[in-house]
Amino acid sequence: MSRKVPQEQYEKTLSYKLKTWLEGSRDPYLDNLEMKPQSPRMEDENTQKRFLADKRRERDRIYDTKHNREMVFFNKLYRIFSFLFCILLVSMLLIGVADLPPFGEADRPVNNEVSQRYIEKGLQETGAVNIVTGMILDYRAFDTLGESHVLFIATCTVLILLRADNKTGKNSEEEAEANDRAYEPKNDVILQTAARILVPFIVIFGIYIILCGHLGPGGGFSGGAVIGAGLILYVSAFGFAKTERFFTAATYKWMSFGALACYCLSKTYSFYTGANHIESVIPLGTPGAILSSGLILLLNICVGVVVAGTMYTFYVMFRKGNY
Amino acid sequence: MEFIRNFPFFSIVLSLFSGPLSSILGGKWAKRVNGAVIVLCGLMSCAVLWYVCRTGEAFVYTMGHFPAPWGNEIRAGVLEALMAAFFCVIMLLCMLGGSREREAEIQSSKQNLYYIMVDLLLCSLLALLYTNDLFTAYVFVEINTISACGLIMIRQNGHTFEAATRYMIMSLLGSGLLLLGLCFLYDLTGHLLMSNIQEAVRALAAQGQYQTPLLVAICLMSVGLAIKSALFPFHTWLPDAYGYSTVSSAAILSSLVSKGYIFLLVKIFYRVIGFDIISGSKVIHVLFVFGIAGMIMGSVDAIRESDIRRMIAYSSVAQIGYIYMGFGLGTAAGVIASIYHVICHASTKSLLFVAASGITQASGGRSNFMDLDGAGYRDKLAGVAFTVGSLSMVGVPMFAGFISKLFFAQAAVGHTLKMLPTLIALAVSTILNTVYFMKTVIRIYTPLKADALPEGYEEISVRRQPAKSAAMILFILLNLILGLNSEPVIRLIERGLEMFS
Repeated sequence: MSRKVPQEQYEKTLSYKLKTWLEGSRDPYLDNLEMKPQSPRMEDENTQKRFLADKRRERDRIYDTKHNREMVFFNKLYRIFSFLFCILLVSMLLIGVADLPPFGEADRPVNNEVSQRYIEKGLQETGAVNIVTGMILDYRAFDTLGESHVLFIATCTVLILLRADNKTGKNSEEEAEANDRAYEPKNDVILQTAARILVPFIVIFGIYIILCGHLGPGGGFSGGAVIGAGLILYVSAFGFAKTERFFTAATYKWMSFGALACYCLSKTYSFYTGANHIESVIPLGTPGAILSSGLILLLNICVGVVVAGTMYTFYVMFRKGNY
Repeated sequence: MEFIRNFPFFSIVLSLFSGPLSSILGGKWAKRVNGAVIVLCGLMSCAVLWYVCRTGEAFVYTMGHFPAPWGNEIRAGVLEALMAAFFCVIMLLCMLGGSREREAEIQSSKQNLYYIMVDLLLCSLLALLYTNDLFTAYVFVEINTISACGLIMIRQNGHTFEAATRYMIMSLLGSGLLLLGLCFLYDLTGHLLMSNIQEAVRALAAQGQYQTPLLVAICLMSVGLAIKSALFPFHTWLPDAYGYSTVSSAAILSSLVSKGYIFLLVKIFYRVIGFDIISGSKVIHVLFVFGIAGMIMGSVDAIRESDIRRMIAYSSVAQIGYIYMGFGLGTAAGVIASIYHVICHASTKSLLFVAASGITQASGGRSNFMDLDGAGYRDKLAGVAFTVGSLSMVGVPMFAGFISKLFFAQAAVGHTLKMLPTLIALAVSTILNTVYFMKTVIRIYTPLKADALPEGYEEISVRRQPAKSAAMILFILLNLILGLNSEPVIRLIERGLEMFS
């Protein structure tokens, strides 16, 4: 039941293209893609000269090594002393370490009632199958509360240092020049395709790590880092114009405030009830179920949000993004 | 359990929460929140102080449903509450004294970030004071370090960036050594809670086991905290950090941040290791020697400095030297004198920074020593405040500095080995202090020779800047109270140290 097709029409069909490709008689990339060899990086002669001149000037004029004997002497002395100091510190630490209780023995001081209770009663008391999560988010939640604020304040310091605020004004053109976004690779097909496929999986995997932090290996810190990595891949592939549609400085502000406030308030409640010997109303649930182990799931989500936001903000800020 | 026992925890959480809260507020509201939080924390600390004085014993507060060696806990005694209340007062006055400069020197869109830093700094200080757990202390040392960096570099110019970088490097080195020491100690004792570590350390000392690693741990922690609080050979980050940052930052950094670390060291000495073991070890001799070196070298550097703010900063090096010399004596009297000096130096140094900013403002923003002629007449209150601060630093009776020097001398008398070096160092350091402080006081009260005021020089009346004037007056009063009525404070410190062990 086949129909005769003219040669011209046949040459346009997929099967013909597949056949020629299989036979090797036609290269699909020919005439479609131009491969240019990358030009080797050439150091401009003037730049090189200037660099050398700068070095010489630094040596001759600022430090004046020819006449400034003190400086030369100091430099030598500095090297000798730093070497001696390092040797001293290293040997001191080695001597200290050599006398520590041997690693792996059963009767080390570290194997005491503290770790014993974490291991034996951790599941029962915190409801978390992953006892490490139970330790950091329930037994020693105060430390972790501080730790999540360390991340928050680190972002704030980076914002102080790198956030460029005046978008309009007399300097705006210069700033636009200095802005790295102008030089971003645009529409890199390979990167975009890879990102389009990978980013959803990365983010979902991150969410999984956060949500299952109390059931298995994982938790807020690691899951948040995975989500942050996904966001960074996305912004590298598609540029700020696309991410700014759903993630701006205001989003970060509210996100971190919400997460930290939630963490702070829920833990305040649990510290307060614990210290005043009031029965907490938060049920521990069945160990192993996704909704179990009291506040730990909520706290993991809060920590994850803070970590993801922090990683992404660091990346954006160090890329001179105006955010 | 009485409700008042919750107050240490409330003050920590309140200041912690106000940080993220300020991030969504504008600069003005963040400022109000910050003021309110400092006042509330101060009031709560006063209430705690009153409560522990009345009951006569320290109390522990479990952070959560699990008791101490498993969960976290905080502990409040007389000394902790006293220092917390005092830190809040000083911080409030520093923020008042520098509010005008802050608004001028910090970008308006970044104002609220400044208050986040201050809120979290307050939180970390309170947590360092109240904590009964070494690892919690380390976590809050981190917050303290990062927020101090933010405070330095928020006034954005080349000097502050360099200063913040130096501060960051030195401070992180200190944190690293502290953490290493902590790891050693954990490996030897298996505990992170201060009282449990002390028990285990005593047992080890009684059996004579693991003496070398224990010594290494003590060394690492002492050196780490000494670097962070700018003891003499590690002070190179200090003059730039204090000299170029905005006024309230400089005042807070010099009077509170370094003092928080010193208090942590006292805690480690008394609550973690045990003071008898510390005073038996050779670590305190090292602290003593470097303390004395700092007293002399800091003052010599200050004399050579021509910028008034950097001069005051170098004077801090000398004062930190005093404090470590007191620890180095290895007696309870020495530690009491040191803690009193912490209080006295905090109240005096912040006064000096605020007053110096008034003096430079009256001289058209010039801070070079040669340009300050007659500044004491143009801004009368700043002149008086600077004079009071200088007299206190030199150690003239009636002012706070005199009392602490007296106590240092008293603590040294009768000490077989260290009496003579201490007394000589005190005398030399007092003379050097007099040289650079009185030089400045005489300079600001030397009338200008020219008939007309040079450009930029201006008269500044008290009414033009009510907040700063109020701060300076309160600082002066605080100084006089500490100088004339030191007995109750000393008694509180003594009781607090007794509660420590």
